[in-house]
Amino acid sequence: MTTNHFENDLKTLPISEPVAGSLRRNGAVFKSLLPQTWATLWLMFFLAFCVNAAAQETADTLPQPLEQLRIGSMAEREQAIEQLGEDGRNLKLLQALQDGQLMDWKADSRLVIASESAKGYNLRDPFDGKAVLADVERDAVGKLNLTNKLRSVLRKAVGGLQLNADSADMRLEAVKAIAKDADDKALQMLRKRLEKERDAAVLAAIQEALWLQDINSDDKPARLAAIEALKNINNQSAYNRLRELAEPDAVADPEVAAQAKAAVKKIESRLQNYAAIETVFFGLSLGAVLVLASIGLAITFGVMGVINMAHGELMMLGAYTTYVMQQLLPNYLGTALILSIPMAFLVAALVGVAIERGIIRFLYGRPLETLLATFGVSLFLQQSVRSIFSPLNRSVSTPDWMSGSWQINDFLSLTWNRFYILVFCLLVFTALLQILKRTKLGLEVRAVAQNRGMAKAMGIPTARVDAMTFGLGSGIAGVAGVALSQITNVGPNLGQAYIVDSFMVVVFGGVGNLFGTLVAGFSLGIANKFLEPYAGAVLAKILVLVFIILFIQKKPRGLFPQKGRAADG
Amino acid sequence: MNFLKQDKTYASVLMALAAVTLIIPFCNLITSADSPLHFSAYSVSLIGKYLCFALLGLSLDMVWGYAGILVLGQGAFFALGGYAMGMYLMRQIGTRGVYGNPELPDFMVFLNWSELPWYWYGFENFGFAMLMVFLAPGILAFVFGWLAFRSRVTGVYLSIITQALTYALLLAFFRNEMGFGGNNGLTDFKDILGFNIQSEAVRSMMLLLTGSSLIGALLLCRWIVGSKLGRVVTAIRDQESRVRFLGYRVELFKLWVFVFAAMLAGLAGALYVPQVGIINPSEFSPLNSLEIVIWVAVGGRGTLYGAIIGAVLVNYAKTVLTGLMPDAWLFCLGGAFILVTLLLPDGIVGLLHRRIKPNLTLNASGEQPA
Amino acid sequence: MKILSNSFHKLATAAALSAALLATAGSARAEEDTIKVGVLHSLSGTMAISETTLKDTMLMLIDEQNKKGGLLGKKLEAVVVDPASNWPLFAEKARELLTKDKVASIFGCWTSVSRKSVLPVIEELNGILFYPVQYEGEESSKNVFYTGAAPNQQAIPAVDYLMNDLKVERWILAGTDYVYPRTTNKILEAYLKAKGVKEKDIMINYTPFGHSDWQSIVADIKKFGSAGKKTAVVSTINGDANIPFYKELGNQGVSAQDIPVVAFSVGEEELSGMDTKPLVGHLAAWNYFMSVDTTKNAAFIQQWKDYIKNPKRVTNDPMEAHYIGFNMWVKAVEKAGTTDPDAVQKALIGVEFPNLTGGIAKMLPNHHISKPVLIGEIQDDGQFVTVWQTNKVVDGDAWSDYLPESKPIIADWTAPISCGNYNTKTKKCSGQNY
Repeated sequence: MTTNHFENDLKTLPISEPVAGSLRRNGAVFKSLLPQTWATLWLMFFLAFCVNAAAQETADTLPQPLEQLRIGSMAEREQAIEQLGEDGRNLKLLQALQDGQLMDWKADSRLVIASESAKGYNLRDPFDGKAVLADVERDAVGKLNLTNKLRSVLRKAVGGLQLNADSADMRLEAVKAIAKDADDKALQMLRKRLEKERDAAVLAAIQEALWLQDINSDDKPARLAAIEALKNINNQSAYNRLRELAEPDAVADPEVAAQAKAAVKKIESRLQNYAAIETVFFGLSLGAVLVLASIGLAITFGVMGVINMAHGELMMLGAYTTYVMQQLLPNYLGTALILSIPMAFLVAALVGVAIERGIIRFLYGRPLETLLATFGVSLFLQQSVRSIFSPLNRSVSTPDWMSGSWQINDFLSLTWNRFYILVFCLLVFTALLQILKRTKLGLEVRAVAQNRGMAKAMGIPTARVDAMTFGLGSGIAGVAGVALSQITNVGPNLGQAYIVDSFMVVVFGGVGNLFGTLVAGFSLGIANKFLEPYAGAVLAKILVLVFIILFIQKKPRGLFPQKGRAADG
Repeated sequence: MNFLKQDKTYASVLMALAAVTLIIPFCNLITSADSPLHFSAYSVSLIGKYLCFALLGLSLDMVWGYAGILVLGQGAFFALGGYAMGMYLMRQIGTRGVYGNPELPDFMVFLNWSELPWYWYGFENFGFAMLMVFLAPGILAFVFGWLAFRSRVTGVYLSIITQALTYALLLAFFRNEMGFGGNNGLTDFKDILGFNIQSEAVRSMMLLLTGSSLIGALLLCRWIVGSKLGRVVTAIRDQESRVRFLGYRVELFKLWVFVFAAMLAGLAGALYVPQVGIINPSEFSPLNSLEIVIWVAVGGRGTLYGAIIGAVLVNYAKTVLTGLMPDAWLFCLGGAFILVTLLLPDGIVGLLHRRIKPNLTLNASGEQPA
Repeated sequence: MKILSNSFHKLATAAALSAALLATAGSARAEEDTIKVGVLHSLSGTMAISETTLKDTMLMLIDEQNKKGGLLGKKLEAVVVDPASNWPLFAEKARELLTKDKVASIFGCWTSVSRKSVLPVIEELNGILFYPVQYEGEESSKNVFYTGAAPNQQAIPAVDYLMNDLKVERWILAGTDYVYPRTTNKILEAYLKAKGVKEKDIMINYTPFGHSDWQSIVADIKKFGSAGKKTAVVSTINGDANIPFYKELGNQGVSAQDIPVVAFSVGEEELSGMDTKPLVGHLAAWNYFMSVDTTKNAAFIQQWKDYIKNPKRVTNDPMEAHYIGFNMWVKAVEKAGTTDPDAVQKALIGVEFPNLTGGIAKMLPNHHISKPVLIGEIQDDGQFVTVWQTNKVVDGDAWSDYLPESKPIIADWTAPISCGNYNTKTKKCSGQNY
C-alpha cells in the first residue's frame, strides 16, 4: 500500500534539486526528507524489479548502515537499524537514537551523540559515548527524525542487544521491550536467556512472557499451570489472553475454560480496587489544582473581602514567569522551573501590591466597586500579555523528573506531575498557614481582618498590612500559575478558565477560612472524579455546581462558617 | 409623573429614548434608501441591540440598585428569554431548512433526532412562546430565589451562587444532547409572525418595539420603586435585619423583585434575538453577566436611567473601539473601568448630577429624598 | 407633557445622547480609489490564539498584492475589525464591513458558530466570505467560499491510513462537544461500520471546550486500548484542550507506538505553543504542512517570516487556505473585471491556483476547493514528517455521502441547479434566502 503512494507522489511532487544537493540540506531541522525519500525509494524499486537476479551485488553497493541511517530514507533507516541491531557494539548508538540524542554532525558528515551544553550541544563518539569530539552551536547538528514504525523496530533492536547486558535493570527493560509482542524469534531469545539468567526480577519477567505463550499451547498441564500462575500477576496481556479464553466456546476443554474464568474473576476484583485507588488519586490531584487556584483568592477575597476578578490573571503572570525563566535558562529546564516558584511569587506579589496601592485602597468598604476595578485590571493584564508575548500559547516544558508515571504495576500507575502538584499544593498550604499563624505579619493580617478600627488603635499600620496581605494572596496566585503551567496552556486565557471555579471553592469552603478552602477543593475534586465515569465530564461538572448551589441553601456561609464579629462584615 | 420634575435627567433620558424609538423607524418608513435621513440596517440593528442591553441593564439595576442583591447571573435570564424566542423563530422555518424537514430544526435532523423533544412543543405558537419568554426565566428565578432567600443566603455567597447557576446553564446548553443546538445555538431565522425577519420594515418595527418596551419598563420600574413596595425593598437593601424586625417578610419582597427583574431580562433577550439573528450558549457565560454589572456601575447604580446610559455607552464604546483600534481596545475598556470606579463612584449619572447641581449631595444609591 | 417647557439642560443632554446613538448611523462615504478587503478575525477573547495569525496573513497577502500593483489598477485596503470571539458580534461586524466600509469581500471566521452567525448577514447583503478552516460540511452558501477542508478531505483519508497502513482495529473518537466533532464523528462512525468495524470496537467521547482535566478520560482510553487489538484515537479535540490532553497521554505512558492519536485540529501553530515531548509520533491530517519541501512553500515561509519579523514563526494549514482563497479572489476579480459580488461569485467557480504543497487547487461549483491530503507524524521540533499523502487532489464534498439525510443532497452553484442544497431525490432546493 505504502509503496504505491510513494511512487505516485513522485509524479505530483516536483523534485526541484538533484538528489545530491538535497542530501546536504538534509539535517536542517525545518526541511523535509520527502523528495529524496521518494527518489531513493524509487531507485530501490527499480533495482528490485529490474535487477532481481543481481540482488546480492546491489546489497554491496548500498552505503553502509551508518550512512544509511544518517541520510537514508525512512525505509533505509529501518534496514539500517535492523542491521545495526545484530552487533552488540552498536548498543550505545541505538540507545542514543531512541532517546533522540543521535545527531548528524553537519560539518563532519557523521553521526554523533549530542547532549545539551551551555553553548548548544556537546558531541561525543557514537560508539563508546564518552570521547568528547566537540562543543558546537545548536544548528551545527541535525536531529534524526523517526517515525512510529522505526521506533518499534528500534525498541526491539535495543531490547535484543540489552538482553545480554551486564546490568540487571537493563536486561529487565529489554525483556519487557521484547515481550510486548513477541514473535518466535524473540521467544527463542528469551528461552535462551532463561537458562543463563540469575537475577530474580529478570527471571520473573521472562517467565511471565513464556507463560503467556503457554496459555495457548496444546500441552494441557502446561496450560493450566500458566493460567494458575498468571492469575496472581498484574499483567495486561495476561488479562487480555485470559479474557479471550474465558469467552464462551473459546476452548473445547471445560477444565481450562473454568480455570480461565476463575482467573479472570480474580484479576477483575483486583482491578476494581485499583480503579478505586486511581479515582481517588485523580480526584485528589484535581482537588489540588482547585486548591492552588483558589488559595490565593481565599486570602484576597476571604480575608480582605476584595472581590478580585484579576486573580486569574495573576496566576497567568506566574505561568508566564515560568515561561520566561525557561527561556532564560534553556538548558536547565528543571532548575528554571524550581527558580520560577520564588520568581513568580515576586512578580505576582509586586503586581498585587501595585494594584492594591494604586486602586483597591481607595475602595475599601465598597467591595462591589473592587469587582468593577479589578475586572478592568484583568482586561488590562490580559491585553498586555497579548501585546508582549503574542496571543499564541507559549510552550513551557516539563522537566524529565516530572514526566511519566510511577508504574506500580500494569494496572495502576500514578502520574508524576500530578503527584508533585499534589505535594506542592500541600506544601504551599502549610507554608501559608504557618505565615498566618506564626509570623508577625500573619498576626497583623488576622487582626486587621477581624477588627480594622481596633487594630489601628493598637498601632498596627493597617495600610501597610493591607498591601502586604494583598501581595501575599497575589504571590500565592503566581505560585499556583507555575503549577498550572505544567498541566495546561500558558496563554492569555489561562486565568479566565479558573476564575469561576476558584470563587466557587472559596465560597463552598466558607469565606475567610483557609482550611475550608482546602477541604472544599479536595472534596469537589473527588466528587467530580467519582461522578465522571457515570455522568461524563460535562454532566459531572453541572452536578457539582448544582450541588454547591443547594449546599449553600443548607449552609449559607459555607462548610466552615466564620464565627464572631467578623461574620457580619 | 412627579419624579420627572424632580430629576431632570429622567426627562432627558426618556426624551432621548422616545426620539430614537420614534424618529428612526419613522424616517426609514418614509424615506428611500439613499436619502441622507435614511438609517442603514446596520445602524438600526445596532441601536436595537443597545436598547436591548439597556433593558437588561435596567433589570439588573432593579435587583442590584434597589434590592441590593448583586446578581452575577442576570445573563442567564436574558439568555433563557432569548432561547424561548429563538425556539419560536426556529419553528417558523418549517420546511425551509436545508434538509427540508417540516418538523425538526436542521441541527436535530443532523444529529439523528427522530422526533421533536417535548419541551419544544407549543413553541410554534407565538403567544405560547411569548408566555415562555416571561415564564422560563420567571420560574427559574422563583425557584432559585425562593430557596436562596428563604435560607437567608446573602452578600457574596448569593452573588457567587448566581454565577454558579449561569455557569451550570452554560455547560448544560453546550451539550448537544440537550436539544438546543449545542454550541451553534439557534440561528438562520426566516420569519417572525409571517414577516421576513431581514426586511427593513421588520427591523424598524423591532426597534420601535424595543424602544417602547424600554420606555415602558423604565416608567414601570420608576413607579415600583416609588411605591410602598419599592420603599420596603430599598429599606431591605440598606438594613435588612431592621426591616425583618419590623415584621416584614423580607424574603418575599426580595423574591418579588428578583423574579420581576428576571422576567424583564427575559423580555430583553426575546427582543435581542430577532435583531442579532443568533442565540447561543455563550450568552450564559459568567463574563457576560459580569459585563452587565459593569454597565450598571458605569452608568450609576440605583438610578434606573443610569443603567440605560451605562449600557448604551459601554456598548457604543465597544463598537467604536473594536473597529478603531482592534489591538488595543481592551486597554481602553479596562482603563475606563478602573477610572470610573476611582473617579466616579456614582457612575456617569453622578457626574451629570454634580455638573448640573454642584451643591446636591447624593446618598449612596443616588436616590433623592422624596 | 409639561416637561417640554423645562430647562434647556435636559434638551442638551437629550441631544447629546441621541447624537451618540446616531453617530453610528452616519456612514462615511467610502473612498473610491481603493478596493477594500474586510478581515474578520477575533483579536481578543478565546479565539484570538488562532485567529490573530490569520489577520496577519491577510495583511501580508494584501501588502504583497499592492506591491505587485494592486488590483484593477487600484490599491487594496485592508479593513480589520475585532469581533472579540463573541458570536453575535461577528454578525454585527460583518454588517459593518459590508454596509459601512463597503468591502469587496471578507476573509474571516474560524469557529463554525461564527460562520453560522455571519451567514444570514452575508446572504442578505450579498457579500463574499472566504472561510479558511476545516469544518463539518453540511453547508454551501452562495456567498461563502470554503477554502478549508471538508470532512472527506481530512477525516476519511486519515481513517483510511490508520486502517490500511497501521492496521488499526479499535477506534476511539474523541472530540470537543460542538458541531464539527459531532458531525465528523458521525460520518466516521458510519464509515467505519460500513467497513465492518463492530459497535463494541468504537468508543465515542465528548468533552467541553477548554477541558483541562483529562485524567479519567485518558485512563479510559488506556483501558480501551489495552484489549489486545491495535487501537487509535481520532481526535477532534479543539484548541486549548489539546495541551493537557497530550500531556496526560504522555504522563500516563500512552505512547504513539501503542495508541497513536490522529488529530484534525493540531497544526504547526498549536505545536509551537506546546511542549512537544509527549506528542512526538502522534499524527495529524492536514492539507498543508510547513515541512513540505517545495520552492513555492519555501518562498511563502520566507515571506511570512520576513513580514512578521520573527524567524521562529511557523506557517499552517488555515494560512495556506487564506493564501489560496485570496489569490483565487484576485484572479476572479481580474477575470470579471469588477468587484461586483455577483460577477465575482460567478467568476470564482473554476478558478485554479497552485497549492503550496504541489498540485492545483480548483474552486468547485459547490464553493469548496480541491486539496491534497497529507498525514504527518509530529516531531519534537514541532514540525511534521509526511508519512502518507493522497496521490492527487481530493475534491471537497459539501454534503457527506455517509450520512443518510445528506446523501441525496448536492451543492452546485452553476446553472441550471444554482443551489447549495439541491435534493436529487425530490428535485427541490429548500430554504434559500434569495
